[in-house]
Amino acid sequence: MNETVIAADLRKTFIGPDGKPFAAIDEVSLAVRAGELTALVGPDGAGKTTLMRMMAGLLKPDAGTLRVLGTDVAAAPQAVQNRISYMPQRFGLYEDLSVQENLDLYADLHGVPLELRRERFSRMLEMTDMARFTARPAGKLSGGMKQKLGLACTLVRSPDLLILDEPSVGVDPLSRRDLWKIVQQLVDEEKLSVIVSTAYMDEAERCGKVFVFHHGRLLAEGSPETLRGRARGLTFTARPPEGTPARDLQARLIDRPDLVIDAVPSGGDVRFIRRATGDDPRLAELLHDAPATPRPEELEDAFMMLLREHGKERGHAEPANGNDSAPQVAINGDKGEPVIVVRDLVRKFGDFTAVASTSFEVARGEIFGLLGPNGAGKTTTFRMLCGLLPATSGHLEVAGLDLRRARAEARGRIGYVSQKFSLYGNLSVRENLEFFAGAYGLRGAALKARVAASLNQFDLDPASRSGLLPAGYKQRLAMATGLIHEPDILFLDEPTSGIDPLARRTFWRTITSLAAHGVTIIVTTHFMEEAEYCDRIAIQDAGKLLALGTPHQVRQQAAGSGARDMNSAFIAIVEQGREPHGATP
Amino acid sequence: MHALIEYLAKIHFLIRKELLALFKDPANRSLLLLPALLQALLYGYGANYDLTHVPYAVLDQSRAAAATELVARIDGTGVFHRVATLTSSDQIVGMINRGEALLVISIPSDFEQRLASGSQAPLQVILDGRNSTTAASAAGYVSSIVTSYNESLGNPAAVAIDRRSWFNPNFESRWNMMPALIASISVMQTLMLAALSVAREREQGTFDQLLVTPLRPMQILVGKAVPSILVGLFQSTTILLIILFWFKIPMIGSLWLLYLALFVFTLAAVGIGLSISAVSLNMQQAMLYSFMLIMPLMLLSGLLTPVGNMPGILQTLTYANPLRFGIDLVRRVYLEGAVFSDVAFDFIPLLVIAAITLPLAAWLFRHRLA
Amino acid sequence: MNASGFTTRLVALTRKETRQMLRDRSNLIVGLLLPVVLILLFGYGLSLDVKHARIAVVQEDSSPTARQTVAGLQGSTYLSPVWISTMDEAERMIRAGETDAILRVPADFSRQLAAGNGRVQLLLNGVDSTTASAIDGYVAGALAVPAQQAADRAGNKPAGTASVAIVQRTWFNEPGESTWYFVPGLIVLVMTLIGAFLTSMLVAREWERGTLESLFVTPVRPLELVLSKLAPYIIVGAIDLAMCLLAAKFLFKVPMLGSLWVIIVASMLYLMVSLALGLYISAATKNQFAASQVALLASFMPAMMLSGFVFDLRNVPVVIQVISHLLPATHFMSLIKTLFMAGDIWPGIWKSCGVLLLYTVVLVAATRRKLRKSLE
Repeated sequence: MNETVIAADLRKTFIGPDGKPFAAIDEVSLAVRAGELTALVGPDGAGKTTLMRMMAGLLKPDAGTLRVLGTDVAAAPQAVQNRISYMPQRFGLYEDLSVQENLDLYADLHGVPLELRRERFSRMLEMTDMARFTARPAGKLSGGMKQKLGLACTLVRSPDLLILDEPSVGVDPLSRRDLWKIVQQLVDEEKLSVIVSTAYMDEAERCGKVFVFHHGRLLAEGSPETLRGRARGLTFTARPPEGTPARDLQARLIDRPDLVIDAVPSGGDVRFIRRATGDDPRLAELLHDAPATPRPEELEDAFMMLLREHGKERGHAEPANGNDSAPQVAINGDKGEPVIVVRDLVRKFGDFTAVASTSFEVARGEIFGLLGPNGAGKTTTFRMLCGLLPATSGHLEVAGLDLRRARAEARGRIGYVSQKFSLYGNLSVRENLEFFAGAYGLRGAALKARVAASLNQFDLDPASRSGLLPAGYKQRLAMATGLIHEPDILFLDEPTSGIDPLARRTFWRTITSLAAHGVTIIVTTHFMEEAEYCDRIAIQDAGKLLALGTPHQVRQQAAGSGARDMNSAFIAIVEQGREPHGATP
Repeated sequence: MHALIEYLAKIHFLIRKELLALFKDPANRSLLLLPALLQALLYGYGANYDLTHVPYAVLDQSRAAAATELVARIDGTGVFHRVATLTSSDQIVGMINRGEALLVISIPSDFEQRLASGSQAPLQVILDGRNSTTAASAAGYVSSIVTSYNESLGNPAAVAIDRRSWFNPNFESRWNMMPALIASISVMQTLMLAALSVAREREQGTFDQLLVTPLRPMQILVGKAVPSILVGLFQSTTILLIILFWFKIPMIGSLWLLYLALFVFTLAAVGIGLSISAVSLNMQQAMLYSFMLIMPLMLLSGLLTPVGNMPGILQTLTYANPLRFGIDLVRRVYLEGAVFSDVAFDFIPLLVIAAITLPLAAWLFRHRLA
Repeated sequence: MNASGFTTRLVALTRKETRQMLRDRSNLIVGLLLPVVLILLFGYGLSLDVKHARIAVVQEDSSPTARQTVAGLQGSTYLSPVWISTMDEAERMIRAGETDAILRVPADFSRQLAAGNGRVQLLLNGVDSTTASAIDGYVAGALAVPAQQAADRAGNKPAGTASVAIVQRTWFNEPGESTWYFVPGLIVLVMTLIGAFLTSMLVAREWERGTLESLFVTPVRPLELVLSKLAPYIIVGAIDLAMCLLAAKFLFKVPMLGSLWVIIVASMLYLMVSLALGLYISAATKNQFAASQVALLASFMPAMMLSGFVFDLRNVPVVIQVISHLLPATHFMSLIKTLFMAGDIWPGIWKSCGVLLLYTVVLVAATRRKLRKSLE
């Protein structure tokens, strides 16, 4: 048997939040080859998860047929479930059970014989580098480790087909690399068939075949090479003039959708895709001070092209130009003076040191990135800065005040967008905005005007229920809320985790224009390419500050290890930091 | 002045948000209204100590006129319903064991002769004591029927007792139970609502978003307490209306005093709820602590059994129980028409509880975080 | 699949549930500590037996005859009389809640008594109707004794006057103590509690944490999930039952006429119903908050208020009786009270146990259906 999954005219309809049915999977026909890695990619709401759940027999198709491993999965889900392994987006580890107990449970459920188990476990623990932690409760593991344990639990036996739903969301680059190493090894050694959905194009690039989904439809399929071909001849790198941040050039390019399909800052330069039908003189004019050179096309380029082609129908709000998308924030004081001062900051939980003697300063109007592996102390540092957690010792100043001790008014000058969606899900968009505007002291006509401006700026529908918005829109609402009172300083904790590349571009466009208007931005992220938007970044691991400087300086610091992009620079720096002391959890 | 308006405006936004979050969800709306309504009706009928229906059996071995008359008197009360007329004493055991009859009246064969000879005639009453309260009431009924029968035979009681019952002329236990339900049904959900309010925000991450705003702990406290109090008073009103217009139990006291009492009582309950909420890390813990608390509060409140019947040490413990004073206040204002000076003492423990728990909760909002 | 797969998976799942139960301290607090608190509260705190009821005596006639008449009040353990000088003061006391009743002996009592027309006034606070009725009875009893003696001394022997005397025998609870029926009822409540507050969380928690999705795509069967979630809580229930029985026997000295093994078997059967009901609520609501509210309002509160625990079902309207008899708690309540106070009455045992068994089977099947492996 050469195909693991064969779908024909597959359809699955749900009732939407507005009470109308919508097709999560719409007339999809596909065939997945055995013995290789297959990727499903697409923006939020493309139908990837629905399709995977149907393959796993957890949802029944409304129309069409779906055969998995030769069995009609709708007719005999258990027969399929006995042979496949499936790792949902949020793998259900039992947090109160230890690593070993979680593994044992799944081994028992899959009926793995004891004699095979020992060998399999030791291999899994070795591959995930978790042999030391078998007695630790799963809830006490960092996000990346949990994900690795989830994978180990799905792989306690060798399945005929492995289905992974976005295994790397919210996972740091190191753990992401480890996860893929495990999968790759199993594909190479055991000829494992794997279907994986992902938002990372570098992951899709490793696969034998890629299916691109959008709005429940299959937009394109083929090997990464074939897909990449779509962007051939259109991809370039532009070097910004000396002294100009790459993100300014990127903003200039991405604001011209008539000429440029996509642009991202990368390694001090800007990578962009031009329109095939574009007007050469106008593009040359746009790039007048930035020499552009062709570069090899990548899968991400093809993916962005496909999405832009089909994105229109979804009504993605693209800022027409930078000024429109910039909120009108009036900032007092000079650019460049430090607004955040952190000296010898320490935070301990019991005898565990989450943040060890950390010092840095952030200047007004700067975009400052705080990077680090899961569990490195980023979130702890972040929460101390926002006044949500007291420091054990050290000096901490935000806008000249310690937020934890400062009067309430001082808190009125900061905005905060948290890691997970943390607005009132059952309130409407307008109600959420009005509440937070009121909490920040606005009322009457001023409040109405500010809310209307926010709705307009972020292109939000005031009546929709916040909790039911798609991830990209939730993220916009969170931003709108964080900015409702026009703060001087904006804290963003993993704001782009789990949202698609298209929405991420829009998001960063807003951030860069805010910074241009003097708002100070502190941001954490797991997408290393996003660090390229920052003026300066800090890399933290095990509570210690390992690197601090401009993206260029940080790449330089890792230059010895041959790192070329931010992702490999990050991995190199963290590994260097861990070496002398041996690995720390 | 401006600062005060701004201070109050922020609280207003918080209260509005809380109420919206509570009542936008149709499931929540019904979860907050229906249980109060259903419980008031169900317990209004079900929570009843009054014996209205006594199934009984007769074993008449005399088959004489006197016995027939006595049995006729028993049947005539409307409370006793004869389910069987036995023919042999062997049948008594079965009747009682199977619960078919609550009591069996056994009339000996020489009943008539004894009465005729002017001596005492024994009337045997066998009671099912599995529910001792019911048994005692039934025995009381039989005894009063026999007394009046004796009077008709020319045996006036030595001392006659003129009974008057204040506040509840017919001794209806529903009159006792229903006003107590005004306080006790609403307290369960009010306390849990308050207990979950902060815990839910903590679990969903919205509490951090709230704490980074310029809102002060006192504002958050008021903003959190008012919606729960409103829900509590709303539920109390629902039950009050059912009692007034469905069960038609007349209210004697002042409505203002009743609502003042309910307000202070709900305030104390919400204070406890918010303290639980501020201590809990997640909703599960908040629910657990609430259960742990609600059970003893109910049992030691005088709702089911009078506080006066409890041993001394437990009676002392009830001073920390807002429900005890809430029930007492409502009963006395509603049924006895008590005025403020009569019940002033009951307010003290409630105010003390509120004065301890509310500031504690406000302090814990920010300090529980670590 | 074959039977050994079933056993392996069931053992693995049960082990998992047991570990989770033991590691979450809140489970043990609700499962073991709350029952102890309830046992003590029910055994010592709840009583319908009025003792030392407060009664204000206003003796407007202070003649020896009158004093003789009310002397009986002092001898009663049920009443604690206080002599008050004026009726106004006594009425104030009843309003202020300082006394439950007033007994007034009018100024012309002796004179009227001599004329064969002695009357006293008893004024009761009827708010607590149960206590009021009880006081009424106690006062009548207390007055009857001396009056009878006085009449006897006066030589007023009721010669030739025929009367009926009640010879009362109360079966099953001769002393008429409410503790005797509260304590068996307590077993019902504790068994209900474990189901309502513990198992009602189990499935909802797995839905909320997303663990079920991973579990579904394994060879596991819905029935195995249901059985493994019941197993550890049966042990907790058994421990609680043992505590209740020991407390009943040694602490409260409640008679247990029925055979111990029948009591245990019946209780365990009800425990199964209660656990399965909690599990069903959990699987149907998929949400911990909703599950807890439904369990409290649909399982625990009715078990306390409508099962015949405190309030006799003979007193309620037919509609409520029908609702009561839909509750498994009602069937177990009548069974356990009978077993404690009346003994092994087999027809009743068979019937109630049959009903409970039916509930168990239906609820387990319904939960299994709710847990069929689908996310729709």
